[in-house]
Amino acid sequence: MASTLPHFTADIKGAKVLMVGAGGIGCELLKTLALSGFSDIHIIDMDTIEVSNLNRQFLFRQSHVGQSKAKPSDEVLNQVARDAVLKFRPGISITPYHANVKDPDFNVDFFKEFNVVLNGLDNLDARRHVNRLCLAANVPLVESGTTGFLGQVTVHVKGKTECYECQPKPAPKTYPVCTITSTPSKFVHCIVWAKDLLFAKLLGDKNQENDLNVRSSDAASSSENVKDVFERRKDEDIEEYGRKIFDHVFGYNIELALSNEETWKSRTRPKPIYSKDVLSEELAPQNGNVANNHASDDGLSVSAMASLGMKNLQDIWSVKENSRIFLEALRLFFTKREKEIGNLSFDKDDQLAVEFVTAAANIRAASFGIPLHNLFEAKGIAGNIVHAVATTNAVIAGLIVIEAMKVLRNDIQSYRMTYCLEHPSRNMLLMPVEPFEPNKSCYTPLSLEVNTNHSKLKDLVEKIVKAKLGMDLPLIMNASSLLYEAGDVEDDMVPIYEANLEKVLSELPSPVTGGTMLTVEDYQQELKCNINIKHREEFDEEKEPDGMVLLGWTQPVSVPESKDKSVGNGASTSDATIAAAESEKDDEIGIVSPLKKRKLHDDSDVSKAVAETKNHKQLQVIDDEDDLVVLEDNLDGFKKRRL
Amino acid sequence: MDVDGEELTAQETALYDRQIRVWGADAQRRLSKAHVLVYGMKGTVAEFCKNIVLAGVGSLTLIDDRVATAEAFSSNFLIPPYENVYSGKTLAQLCCDSLKDFNPMVRVSVEKGHLSTFDVEFFAKFDVVVVSCCSLSAKKLVNEKCRTLSKRVAFYTVDCRDSCGEIFVDLQHYKYSKKKLDETVECNLQYPTFVEAISVPWRALQLRMSKLYFAMRVIEKYEEAEGRRVGEVSIADLPGVLKLKRELCTTQSLSESHVPDTLLERLVTNTTEFPPVCAIIGGILGQEVIKAISGKGDPIKNFFFFDALDGKGIIEDISDSNGGR
Repeated sequence: MASTLPHFTADIKGAKVLMVGAGGIGCELLKTLALSGFSDIHIIDMDTIEVSNLNRQFLFRQSHVGQSKAKPSDEVLNQVARDAVLKFRPGISITPYHANVKDPDFNVDFFKEFNVVLNGLDNLDARRHVNRLCLAANVPLVESGTTGFLGQVTVHVKGKTECYECQPKPAPKTYPVCTITSTPSKFVHCIVWAKDLLFAKLLGDKNQENDLNVRSSDAASSSENVKDVFERRKDEDIEEYGRKIFDHVFGYNIELALSNEETWKSRTRPKPIYSKDVLSEELAPQNGNVANNHASDDGLSVSAMASLGMKNLQDIWSVKENSRIFLEALRLFFTKREKEIGNLSFDKDDQLAVEFVTAAANIRAASFGIPLHNLFEAKGIAGNIVHAVATTNAVIAGLIVIEAMKVLRNDIQSYRMTYCLEHPSRNMLLMPVEPFEPNKSCYTPLSLEVNTNHSKLKDLVEKIVKAKLGMDLPLIMNASSLLYEAGDVEDDMVPIYEANLEKVLSELPSPVTGGTMLTVEDYQQELKCNINIKHREEFDEEKEPDGMVLLGWTQPVSVPESKDKSVGNGASTSDATIAAAESEKDDEIGIVSPLKKRKLHDDSDVSKAVAETKNHKQLQVIDDEDDLVVLEDNLDGFKKRRL
Repeated sequence: MDVDGEELTAQETALYDRQIRVWGADAQRRLSKAHVLVYGMKGTVAEFCKNIVLAGVGSLTLIDDRVATAEAFSSNFLIPPYENVYSGKTLAQLCCDSLKDFNPMVRVSVEKGHLSTFDVEFFAKFDVVVVSCCSLSAKKLVNEKCRTLSKRVAFYTVDCRDSCGEIFVDLQHYKYSKKKLDETVECNLQYPTFVEAISVPWRALQLRMSKLYFAMRVIEKYEEAEGRRVGEVSIADLPGVLKLKRELCTTQSLSESHVPDTLLERLVTNTTEFPPVCAIIGGILGQEVIKAISGKGDPIKNFFFFDALDGKGIIEDISDSNGGR
């Protein structure tokens, strides 16, 4: 940089910037942009404000809880974040959009209007989407993320620096179904079971496929009964129903599992737990504090802990206490929130749901000899809550603005990726690194190994095109013949596409077999890939649960889970893995080495820093409130990859 | 600080959920009992105050009797830019009004007077003292007062000029714990005072010492010698500043290339704060104060420098024990 940064005002005043995300980083960013002289700021955010955000999103107050971050409901005169900033910077223009950045309105033409795009996002999916639109529109992107004390800011300018996707990003962690249903060994397995299976089965959509119970040794014969067990009979006493569920899932199901001797040869045998063993025969728990339970107006305030007079979230409950919470939470769902039953999905801000899942996970953990956890910890695991503090967000926001200013001056030589570290590396807490050149292999032709006589087009669309390539509204062509298109499709084509989805690849109107080159495209993302199909007969159910393998695509890299052997059981209805992450806010643990092969600005050897970094096992880095961007625990692997 | 005692309330646990997951419930309890004093309400201190109010310190006391002017809100988002609101009020009062809003659980108040008028007993009320925009003599004085108390009062100075920032830390004799390979280990650090630190001969410092350290000392000395208020310099002062630099380098036997003229020129030309740097320095300082209160994690010992031009945020240890080369 030739001159000093504060003299950039001319570049800043005329600049039109787009902020995506108004959360922890977003609030800080909006404030710092406004103070720095930016006067035309647009913000896209779809979220609402939660209590747990107030400790670091200083533009919001208790009275705003429940309102959208970018644009509150109509009763409030105006947009909260905007108003808060206009209080100290009147006269600048702030335009909020309460919407998902993936909405088709935010197309390439929309992005082209901006001089720079600044991300303060919390999930991989949206980051990839914005990255592609920025590439398509040729608009520079400044990307960011924080986790706890760690944070990072990176600059992505088409043709000049690598794009966000030139580096592999880890996929959300998943667990084999059998580990969850039959052989849990960690508390997180019990949480996933309680949340995705038991909670979903009892309180969620009954039509959803659910693996609860399919792993018993004679599932076929018991499946009839199983249906009856979970359905509450008309007029069935709620206490009786609760105990029946309890005995079934914590007692009977464990007994069934124990009968499969093979499973337990090299594992500790679980103990069945029945309600009569942990609770006295007397039904109806003491509703000590019912009077204090202001349940009527707001369903989310109903609490089994309050009802039982328990207060401290940091206490670990005994098995007996967990059992009482379990039964009380179930009772409250069926008496105070019965209208929601059948439509509930787990929400970390739903106290009763958290209580139910904590209790159920703990009882299961007790069965399997896994240490119990308190509600605060269980909530963190179940909700994939990422640690977040205001100070890191403030630092990262300052760094984003500095990079944005360099981008506006087109000062390419000065662009830096900056890492905010918890433990200094070579005395640095803030470590700048020169950006990489674009990765030439990003978006090169891909190949897909698949059994074209077994897999359906639907599988390809869901497991590869959407899940792996991250496309939203894909179009799939085999040479000139259109096999599938999502989104705004002509009416007469809908049934044809629907029918194609159900067809096996080799039986499509234009058959897809070994050697076929498929073209997959998403117009909105302006992303187009060619996929070379390779036919393969066999897939390892455990290691390749999708039944297909995409080659040449560098991300996301899935984080390998333990190598549990799956329990042999023909009755399995699904070999899918259960994503531990919430579908809406999937946190990803990215792996990015701040040090790999990059030249540190004006300083010499990186080796010491590398060594130091290795010592702090997992430097994880970053993302905004609800997620995580980077860090590093496998530097060697990365270096190899780059070489 | 009495750390045992009452548990966090449900309200506190809900509000501070995400950060308790970072530093733990015991650290949050210590925070809620800590009393912090700040002097000099400019942009960097405003950022710092926002951070610790959001984090949930027990109380925050502000001192700055200067009357607000249009210039005051250039990098301070706590001051409303309407003359009918700010006119007649002091900077501390205006910032106090805004900060109260951020977190109703924190007591924010104003103390009137100038730093030099407060006696030692006054400082005894606090666990942390942060001063900004202070003359060299005021920094020394407050640091000494904190040192004479029997209780440990953590002392910090913070200043930003152009796109550079500096933090100084004195935690006296400091014991803390940190995680090392899943184990918690106890650590000890002995800090020098501000006077002791800046008395370390320049030639005894490492060759790679941040150039900003020397430059800030030159400017500090210049303002003191000329009887200027902090930041009351301009490009017209550059010849005088460069002359002082040469004298100091000669006395200290330090090559003049360690204090680049271009850096000094930036620091005298642009004395207003640069908002992104305020956010960065205010964030780092907030984090350090939270660490010092909670007694968890390696603190900065004893200077931190950031320059937006090279983007590095560097910790330097400038103390006798570390001097020899």
